[in-house]
Amino acid sequence: MMMQNAVPKLAAVAAVAVLAYLPGAGMPAFYDSFLYLLFFWISLSTSWALLSGFAGYFSLGHAAFFGVGMYTTGTLAAKFGVPFLATIPAAALLSALLGMGIGAVVFRLKRLRGDLFALLTLAVTFVIATIILNTDIDGGSGVFMSAVPMPQIFGSPSATLYVLGFGICLLTLAIAWKVAHSRLGMGLFAIHDDEDVAEAKGVPTFRYKLFAFGLSAGIAGAVGGIHAMYVGFLTVSETFGLTVPLYVVLMSVLGGSRHWFGPAVGAILIGASLYAFTSGSEAMIGRAIVALMLILAILWLPDGVVPTLLRWFARRRTKAAAPVVALRPAAVESTAPVVNRNIVEIRDVTKSFGGLQALRGVSLDVREGEILGLVGPNGSGKTTLINVISGHFPLTSGSVAVDGVQIGNLPAHEIARRGVARTYQIPRPFANMSVLDNVTLAATFGGPARNAREMRDEALHWITFTNLGGKEEALPADLNLHERKFLELARALAARPKLLLLDEVLSGLNPAEIDNAIRLVRAIRAQGSTIVFVEHLMRAVVELSDRIAVLNEGSLFALGAPREVMSDPRVVSIYLGKAYAA
Amino acid sequence: MPSATLLGQALISGVMAGGMYGLLALGLSLSWGLMRLVNLSHFALAFLAAYITYELGTTYHLAPWWSAALVIPAMFVIGLMQHWVFDRFKVNELASLLITFSFAVIVESGIQLYWTADYRRFENHYSGLSLRAGPFYIPVLELTLCLVAGALAWGTWLWLRKTYVGKALRASAEDADIAAAYGVDHRRLSFLLSGLCAAYAGVAGTFIALIATLAPAQIWSYLGVVFAVVIIGRLGNPLGALFAGMLIGASESLAMAVFSPAWAPVVSFSVLIAILLWDPDWA
Repeated sequence: MMMQNAVPKLAAVAAVAVLAYLPGAGMPAFYDSFLYLLFFWISLSTSWALLSGFAGYFSLGHAAFFGVGMYTTGTLAAKFGVPFLATIPAAALLSALLGMGIGAVVFRLKRLRGDLFALLTLAVTFVIATIILNTDIDGGSGVFMSAVPMPQIFGSPSATLYVLGFGICLLTLAIAWKVAHSRLGMGLFAIHDDEDVAEAKGVPTFRYKLFAFGLSAGIAGAVGGIHAMYVGFLTVSETFGLTVPLYVVLMSVLGGSRHWFGPAVGAILIGASLYAFTSGSEAMIGRAIVALMLILAILWLPDGVVPTLLRWFARRRTKAAAPVVALRPAAVESTAPVVNRNIVEIRDVTKSFGGLQALRGVSLDVREGEILGLVGPNGSGKTTLINVISGHFPLTSGSVAVDGVQIGNLPAHEIARRGVARTYQIPRPFANMSVLDNVTLAATFGGPARNAREMRDEALHWITFTNLGGKEEALPADLNLHERKFLELARALAARPKLLLLDEVLSGLNPAEIDNAIRLVRAIRAQGSTIVFVEHLMRAVVELSDRIAVLNEGSLFALGAPREVMSDPRVVSIYLGKAYAA
Repeated sequence: MPSATLLGQALISGVMAGGMYGLLALGLSLSWGLMRLVNLSHFALAFLAAYITYELGTTYHLAPWWSAALVIPAMFVIGLMQHWVFDRFKVNELASLLITFSFAVIVESGIQLYWTADYRRFENHYSGLSLRAGPFYIPVLELTLCLVAGALAWGTWLWLRKTYVGKALRASAEDADIAAAYGVDHRRLSFLLSGLCAAYAGVAGTFIALIATLAPAQIWSYLGVVFAVVIIGRLGNPLGALFAGMLIGASESLAMAVFSPAWAPVVSFSVLIAILLWDPDWA
C-alpha cells in the first residue's frame, strides 16, 4: 500500500517543484502565458465542480462570479488606486457573497434543481452583465488596467502572473481535495444522489450547499481578479460571454466532475488542444475538433476520464486485494426490554396537503424499547405519519416530542441527529456511492461524533449484521431488491437511532426473505432501538408487534395488543367491509 | 416619456420581434418538454438554414419559398440524424445539452469556413414593404413571420391535444415506460418529433435570412432570450412559447423606448428570474 501511494505523491511533488522553478529559468514568454492559461482553466473548472460536480447543482453562471471578481479588481485598482494584490481578496469575498446571496434564495425552493437551476444562474449572469455595462463600473467603454502597477516581487510582470496563477491553482486543488475527503464532501455527494434522503440521514443540506456555493464563487472571483491583470482590458462581452460557463462545464464533465482531480484533467486536455490551433481559420478547425472530441467523450465516457480510469485500475487490483474486514466489532450496548417510559409523544398532529387532510389530529405514545405496528388501509395516513415524525413534511399543527425534546418543526437533519432514523418503502440508496459509503454516511451524520476509522468500523458492523458482508464495494445498482431493503436497514441502524421508523420493509420479499427480515427486526430491538413499523403483511405485524395502532382516514382508530386489535370487529370492518365484521 | 405614437410603434415592433423568439422557442420547447432533450444546436440549425437560403437567393436567385421547400425537409433529415445519436446512446438531459452545444460549435465553424466571419445581408425587396394602420407601420415580413409562427404553434397545439400521435407523445413525456406498456412506440414518435423540431428551425432560418444580418457568432445571440421564453411559456407548450415570445419581445421593445436600448436584456432575464422564483400557476 505504501509503495502504491508513494509514486503518485512523488510525481506530484516533482511536478510542483518544476512548475514553481520555471519562471526563474528564463523560458520564453510564450510558455509563461500557455501555462498561466492552463492554471486559469484548472482553477475555474475545479471551483465550478465544488458545487456543480460534487452536489450536482449544475450552474451555467460561473461567468457571473468570475466577472464580478474581474470587475472588482478592475474598479478598485484602476479607479481607486488600490494595490493589485490587495484587490484579490476583495474580489474573492464579493463573489462569494454574491454566490451565497443567490444560494440563500434559490436553495430554499425545492423545485429549482437541475435544468432550472442552470438557467437561473445563466439569467443572473446576463442581468449582472447588463447592469455593469450600463453603469459607471464599465459604462460601455471597458476598463483599462495598463496604469495599474504590477508588483515586482516575482521578477518580471509575466512571471508574477504565472506565480499568482500557479498559486491559486494549487490552492484550488488543495481545497477540492480537502472537501472531497471531508464530511462536507460526503454530504455534497449524497446531496447529488438524493437530496431528500441526505437530509433525512442528518446532512444539513441547506448549509452545505450554501457553503459549497460560497467557496465555488469565491475561488472564481479570485481567479477573475488575477485574470483582470492578465487581459489588461476588461469588456463586458468578453467577460460575461458564454466562453467561461460552457468551457468550465465541458472541462469538468470530460475529466469527471465528481472527482476532485477530474476537472483539472479535463482542463489540461481541452486547454492544450485549444492552444494547438491558434490562428485564423486553423482556430476555427481547432474549435470544431475539440467539439467533436467532446461529443465522443460524452457518449463513450459519460462519467468522465478520471473516474473511468480509476474504475479500470480498481478492477485490476481487486482481484488480488483482501476482502474488507472490520478490525474490531463496534460496541453495541445491550438493552432492557420495554420500559414504561414514553420515547415518542405525538399530540394532536394534523397534516394537510392543500384541501386534503392526510392526518386529522393523531395522538399516540410510543414506549421505550417496544415494537409498535402501524397498520390501516391504503391512504389512511401511515406513511404520512412517518414522514411527519422524520421531518420530511412539516406539521400543519400539533406536536411531536422524541425523548422529551420537541421536534415538531425542526428540519429533517436536526431530527435525524436527535436519534430518529427511517427507511423508505422503495429503497432510496445513494446511487453513486458504494454500500460501505452509503452506510458510513448514515453513521457519520446520524450517529454520535467519532473519528473516521470508528465510523467505518461501525458501518462494517451493520453491513455484516444485515447479511451484506462481501458487498461493501458494490454499487446499489448491483444489489437485488432484498439486499437493497437490507441496505436501507443498515443505513438506519448505523445512525444508532433511539427511534427507528420502518416503512414496509417486507413488501416485495418472498416468504424465506420475510422470515429473515423478521429475525433481523427482532435483533434490532434487542440492541436497544424502539421501532415503529408500517406493514401490510398481517402475519409479520402480529408476530412482531408489542402493540398495534390502526389508522383510518387520518385518525387513530384503535390501539392495543395485537390479538385484541386484530379481532376487533371495527378493525375488521375497515379492512374487509361491514359484511365480514361479524 | 416618449409620445403615445412612439410607444405604440415600439409595442408593435416588439410583438413582431417576439414572433421570432416564439418561432425559435417552439422547437426547443417541444424537444425539451416532451423528450427531455435540451437542444442547443437548434439555433445553429436555424442559422445554417438561413445561410443556405441566403446562398440560394444571392447566387442562384432562387425565391425564398423555393429555398424553404428545399431547406425545411433537409433540416428534418438532420433532426432525424441527431436523434439517432440520442437514441443510440440513451442520452440524458445534461448530456444532450453538452452534445448539442458541441454540435452547434461544429456548425458554427463550418459556417465560418464557408461563408467567413463577415456580415452577410440577403437583399430582397420584401424587407422594405410595410402596411400602414393609422399612425403605425407594420412591416410585411415580420407580420408574415408572426402569422406563420402562430399557425405552426396553433397547429402543433391542436396536434398534441387532439390526435392519437400527439396524445401518445404527451403520455410518453409523462412516463415513457407506462406509455410503452399501453402500446405507445415512443422511439418512433420521438424520431418524428425531433425531425419536426429541426424543421421548425428551418422555418425560423428562412425568416432570419430575410430579416436579419447574418454572422456566425449571431448563432449565440438568441440563446439567452429564447431560453427565457421557453421557460416562461412552460416546457412543451407550443402556444405558451409563442405568447411568451411576444410578451418578452414587447417588454424589451418598450424598455428600449422608455429607458435605453442597452437595458433591454435585463427585461427578459428579470422576468425569467421572477417567474422561476415565484412559480405562478399560469406559467
